[in-house]
Parts: sequence; C-alpha cells; structure tokens
Amino acid sequence: MKLARDTWLIFQRQMSILLHNPAWVIIGLAQPVMYLLLFAPLLKSFANAPGFPPGGAYNVFVPGLLIQLGLFGATGVGFGLIAELRAGVVERFRVTPVSRLALLLGRAARDITTLIVQSLLLMLLAIPFGLSVTISGVVIMLGLVALIGLGMASIAYAVALALRSEDAYAPLVFSASLPLLLLSGVLLPIDAGPAWLKAVATFNPLFHAVKAARDLFNSHGGDPDVVRGLVIMAILALVGVLVGARSFSRAVA
Amino acid sequence: MIETHGLRRTFKTRGSTVEAVAGVDLEVREGEIFGFLGPNGAGKTTTLRMLSTLLPPTGGEARVAGADLRREAARVRERIGYVSQAGSSAPEVRGRDELVIQGRVYGMSKRDASARAAELLATLELNDCGDRPTKTYSGGQKRRLDIGIGLMHRPKLLFLDEPTTGLDPQSRARMWEEVRRLRSGGTTVFLTTHYLEEADALCDRLAIIDHGRIVAEGTPNELKRQVAGDVITLGVDGGRDRALELLRSQSFVREAGIEAEELRIYVDHGESAMPQVLRIMDAADIPLSTMALSRPSLDDVFLRQTGRSLRETAA
Repeated sequence: MKLARDTWLIFQRQMSILLHNPAWVIIGLAQPVMYLLLFAPLLKSFANAPGFPPGGAYNVFVPGLLIQLGLFGATGVGFGLIAELRAGVVERFRVTPVSRLALLLGRAARDITTLIVQSLLLMLLAIPFGLSVTISGVVIMLGLVALIGLGMASIAYAVALALRSEDAYAPLVFSASLPLLLLSGVLLPIDAGPAWLKAVATFNPLFHAVKAARDLFNSHGGDPDVVRGLVIMAILALVGVLVGARSFSRAVA
Repeated sequence: MIETHGLRRTFKTRGSTVEAVAGVDLEVREGEIFGFLGPNGAGKTTTLRMLSTLLPPTGGEARVAGADLRREAARVRERIGYVSQAGSSAPEVRGRDELVIQGRVYGMSKRDASARAAELLATLELNDCGDRPTKTYSGGQKRRLDIGIGLMHRPKLLFLDEPTTGLDPQSRARMWEEVRRLRSGGTTVFLTTHYLEEADALCDRLAIIDHGRIVAEGTPNELKRQVAGDVITLGVDGGRDRALELLRSQSFVREAGIEAEELRIYVDHGESAMPQVLRIMDAADIPLSTMALSRPSLDDVFLRQTGRSLRETAA
C-alpha cells in the first residue's frame, strides 16, 4: 500500500536525521527529569494532606510528567519543520508523488517513537524513587502518550507550516502551552482547587489525559476516567491528523 | 511539453489583491532549453511553482508533460523534476542518501535507487563528496546535488529555478554545461533566470516576463532582431556620401546614416547583409577600412518592452 510505504520511507529518513543529532531527545527529557528530581520530593510531604489523591507522591506526579513530556515534546517538533522548510526539503517532497498524509505521518511516527523512548526512560528512573507500575498500566500509558504525541505534533506541524518562521512560532507555542499545562493539573491535581478552575479545566483535553494517566497508575485500568481520557485523546489525534495532512497538501506561498 | 493559456495567480494580502502572474500564455517544445527571463518579483518563480503543482493557479489552463495541471496533478508530478532556488537537501544527510530516498518516493526499489544514485554522483562529479553530509558541500556541489535529486526518476521535463544564482563564474559555467548535457540527453529544461548572459548563452528560446505578463517571446536572436535589427558599421576612407546613397537604395537596408565619422546601416540579418555590402562596395570601387557587426542585447529588448533596463532592476 502506497501510504504505508511512503510513511515508512519518510519515517526512516526522519529517524536517521534524528539519530545524527540525538541531543534533542536528551534535552527533551531533561525537563521532566529535573521535575522528578527537584520537585517531586517536595510533594512527598503533601501526599498525606487532605485533597491529595491516593497512590503516593510518585504515582500521582509521574503520570502528569509523562503528559507534560508529550505536550512539550510534540510542540517542539515545529521548529524542526521550519528548518526543513527553509532548506527547501518540504517543497522538494511536495513536488514528488509521495502521499501528503505520509509526509505528516512519517514525521509523527518519529515523534511518537521519541516520546515512547523518553517515557520509558522517565518511568524507569522514577521506580527507585517509589513509582509502582504494572505492565498493562505501562502499555496503556504509552498508548495514551502516543495519542497525545500524534495529536499535538500534527497540530504543531500545521501551525509551523502556516507561520513558517521561528520568530512567529516560538511565542505562539509558548503562550499556548503554558495555560494548557497549568489547566491540566500536571503539577498539582486540579480537584484540590476552586470550582471555577475545575470548570475551565474540563475544556482542556490534557486535563482529561492527566486524569486518565493518574487513574491508570493507581490501578484502575477499566476506570471510566481512563476510557474517557483515551477517547478524548483519540479524537484530538484524529482532528490533528486531518488538520496536519491538509496543511501538507495545501500549497503555501 | 508545456502549454499554458491565461495562467494566472493572485495573492490576497490584507484587503488588497496582488496579481503575481497576470495571464501567461506559453509554449515550451520538447527537447529545448526554455528560459524565463525577468527581474526579481516579475512572477517567474510563481509561474514555475504553478507549473510544478506546488501552487494552484487562480485562473487559466495548462498542460505539463502531457497531463492537465489542474485535473491530473499526480501524473504531472510523476513526469517532472523540480529544482528550487531554496535548495533541497537536509544538512545532516549524505548526498547519496538524499538521492536514494528521492528515487524511493518515486517508487524505485532500493537496488534501482542505489544504482541510479551512483550513476548520478558520477555524472555530476560528486563522487568525492557523495558520502559526506551535505552541510560540508560547496555552493556548486550543493547545486549539482539538487539537480541530481531532481533527475533521480529520469523526468521528461526539468524545472530549474534560478540555477546559477549565487554561484561563482566557474560553477556557473559548469552548470551551463550540465544543462546542455541534459538537453542532449533528451530532457526538456525550463529555467528561470535574471541574468541576461545566461538567457542568451544557454536558452534555445525564452520568454521575458515583467509584472506578471509576458512581454516578449522567441529565440534570443529573434528577440534581439525585434528591437532594431543588426547594425553594420563601416569605415570608409573616401567616397562616403556615394557609399551612403548606394546603400540606402538597397532593399535589405532598413536605414542608413553617418554617425561619428562612420557609416551605420541597420539591417534585419547582419550575417547575410555583410557579404552583400562587401560586393556592392567592391563593384562601386569604394575601399573599406573597417567593418563591424553589432547586435542589440537582450537588455535592449527588455528596455524597449518595459521602458526599464534589466541590469538596473536586477541591481
């Protein structure tokens, strides 16, 4: 099938470029690792406070970090695409008969692969601190992270193709991702906050992702929150792919 | 190979509409090097991007490499190669790998793509750097690799957008040679340029574009003749007035006069007029001390069509 073949070709090319310069994978991981080392220990003292969800500080905090990793990892990929635009690479492929959807999916597949490797490393690192996980929990968690990666990266590509310059892309991405992050309850559960904050947060897809991730690591695999989070992320991914593929196929001046 | 009728493209920017290409009619024949000459911003690249399926036209029709541009874009893509001004290779990737992936997206097998890549590296004299990342390439090497990328799938028609801009004279000469070699291999080449010398030396036929419109089209010689024909300058020692009268009465002479002590006659075809002039002067026993043929340049063509000099607009 042409789409699968083209996606595989683009994925291979993107992976080989990434492996030439794996520094970005490490830099992307540095932030959540710092949270893990420098912020999570603080939570330990609050883990027994009223309003703090059960499961222990690390089982509450690490799921949030994984979602954060997905958000930041995926929005950062827009910078790489802008560099490719400037080098003429995107245009070069758009003149070929390659599937436009593959131009998106091949890149997104690389981004998902990166995220999964980073997530596994982060979880591995958190186990000595007190994170406890099950195999099925990890697998579903990686699926959730992959969906976030697919959705967010696709949207990031569409935005990068529309703006075409780092100067326009950077401020937009930073100002959009901070409220998304704060309203997702990554740092502290939103449930502990005032009702209005909770009401606003329910409109944030990542809020549901974080909720699902936390429930997942507190051994409620079949929890309706988990299912809801997965469904919402799947919808986000689908919308992202549609928007992203459209951007790759449409001409840009 | 290319035929367009009323091809146009407008861009909307904050309330105002800019007509980048305002109805272009073109005919590019198989096996020729066709040049698109014009100053920056004249609409060359926009036209090229439309013809290579990158930009949908807002009006008009075009057939490219035997397929309809609007309805059969996929077929056009299979048959054309496109080398953009911006370059086309990723800095981290080896030149050889760029060629191979290009062949692969056109459906070639790994083995075929590798063989074709090796062949192109050899013809483009990139063997020494083929296995290095492209960020180590010189400007000329990078441009040759870009051409190789455009040629991987053996297209019938190759678009080159400003192929020699930014190259040193030696690399430019090298590029011209490459383009001529393509033509002798049967590839039709459509290139844009804002260099008069390039259009003159390299192209079989060309169109001059300004403000989104084609102002002249033909072979470089035809275009130059349109301006004023050729000029023959004669140095005559004695009997200048008699010579002038004699020449004025000839049917092939459009105009004749004396300028700066020299006889200047304007003719349509300088090459064939020169021997005739010689014969007439000989028969009338008028001795000639010098004889020179000069032609108007493409810049004269541009000047006449647009009222501006291309050299000035390009600067």
